[in-house]
Amino acid sequence: MMRASIAGDEGAYRRLLEDISRSVRAMARAAFARARAGDADVEDAVQETLLAIHLKRHTWDAAQPLAPWAYAIARHKIVDALRRRGRQRAEPLEDFQEFLAAPEAEDPHALSDAQRLVDGLGPRQREIVRSISLEGQSIAATAARLSMSEVAVRVALHRALKSLGAAWRRSIA
Amino acid sequence: MRTSELIAVLAADPVPEPIRIGRRVAAALAIGFIGSLAIYALLMGPRPDIAEAARTVRFNLKFVDAFAFALPSLLLTLRLARPDAKPQALALWLIAPLILLAAGVVVELLVVPSDQWLARLVGHHSMFCMRMIPLLAAPMLAALIVALRAGAPMHPALTGALAGAATAGIAALLYASHCPDDSPLFVATWYPLATLICAAVGALAGWRFLAW
Repeated sequence: MMRASIAGDEGAYRRLLEDISRSVRAMARAAFARARAGDADVEDAVQETLLAIHLKRHTWDAAQPLAPWAYAIARHKIVDALRRRGRQRAEPLEDFQEFLAAPEAEDPHALSDAQRLVDGLGPRQREIVRSISLEGQSIAATAARLSMSEVAVRVALHRALKSLGAAWRRSIA
Repeated sequence: MRTSELIAVLAADPVPEPIRIGRRVAAALAIGFIGSLAIYALLMGPRPDIAEAARTVRFNLKFVDAFAFALPSLLLTLRLARPDAKPQALALWLIAPLILLAAGVVVELLVVPSDQWLARLVGHHSMFCMRMIPLLAAPMLAALIVALRAGAPMHPALTGALAGAATAGIAALLYASHCPDDSPLFVATWYPLATLICAAVGALAGWRFLAW
C-alpha cells in the first residue's frame, strides 16, 4: 500500500495513514498510561507521528517491511512527546502488530498542538491547509477559490507541511 | 485540528521527486571532497619522496588502514540515517581497521629497537597531523551533515559522530600522502586522536542538525 501511495495513489495513502493512526493511537495510549501521563496529549503524539511519517517517507526502504519502520518513528515521537511533558521515559514495548487491529476512536480534540502550529503559518499556507483539512476541498477547488495555479497550491501545501514539522520540533526544544 | 483532517492534508500533499539519501550523500561527499582537495593542494601536497615511500610497507599500510576505516563507517552512517536501521553486522566491520592497526603496531615493536620507539611515536609532525586531518575532513563533514538532514536517524548525535569519523577516514587517505611519518606507532597514536576530534564535532553537529 505504501508503494502505491508513494506512486501517487491518494486514496490508498489516506487508508494507510488511517490504519497507522489507529495503531499509533493505541501505542501512544499504552505508553502514556504507563508513564501515568494521562490521555490529554495522546492525539498530539499521533498527529506528530503521522506528520513525521509523511515527511520522512523516503527513508522507508521498499525492500523492507513497513511496520517496523512506522513503529520506529512512532516510538521515537511518542518518547519525544512524553519527554516534552517532563515525565520519565517510558518504553512502549509492545509489538506494533498487536495494535494494528485495535479500532480506537480518536479524542475530539479542539485545541491541539497541530492547530496551534497551523495558526502560526503564513496566511496563504494557513488558508490552504484549512481549506483542504477543514472544508475537505480538493487541490483543484482550493486553487480555483484562491485563484492560484494548482502547482502553486501543491508547492505551498508541501512547504506548509515542512514548516509544520520544523515548528513541532522547535516546540520540543 | 482533528487527526482525520490532518490525514486529509497529508494525503493531498503531492508526491515530490523521490529523495534518495544514498545519492545525496554521494553527491555531498563528492562536493566536499573537492573542497578538501583544494585545501590539500594549497597547504600540503604530496611529500617529495613519495615515489620511494610508495614502495615501503609502512607507507602503504596507512592507506589500507584509512580505507578500511572510512568505508564501513561511511556505510554505517548511511544505514543509521534510516529509523529502522539494524546496524549490528556492519558495525563489526569497524573492528577490521583496529586489528590491522594493532597488528602493524606489534610488528613495528618487534622490528624496531626499543630506544627508537618514542621517537617514532612522536614523529615529526604530530601537531600538524592533528590539525590537518580535521581541516581536510571539515568540508566533507559539512556537506555530509547537510545531506543527512533528509534522513531520519534514531540517534542523531551518534549518526553525526560516525559521519565525522568517516570523513576523518577519507581525510586521512589524503593526509597520509603528505605526512612524512609512516611508523604504525605514529599512525596508531595521532590518526585516531584526529579522528576523535572529527567524531566529536560530528556528534555536536548531528545533535544540533540531524534531530527531526
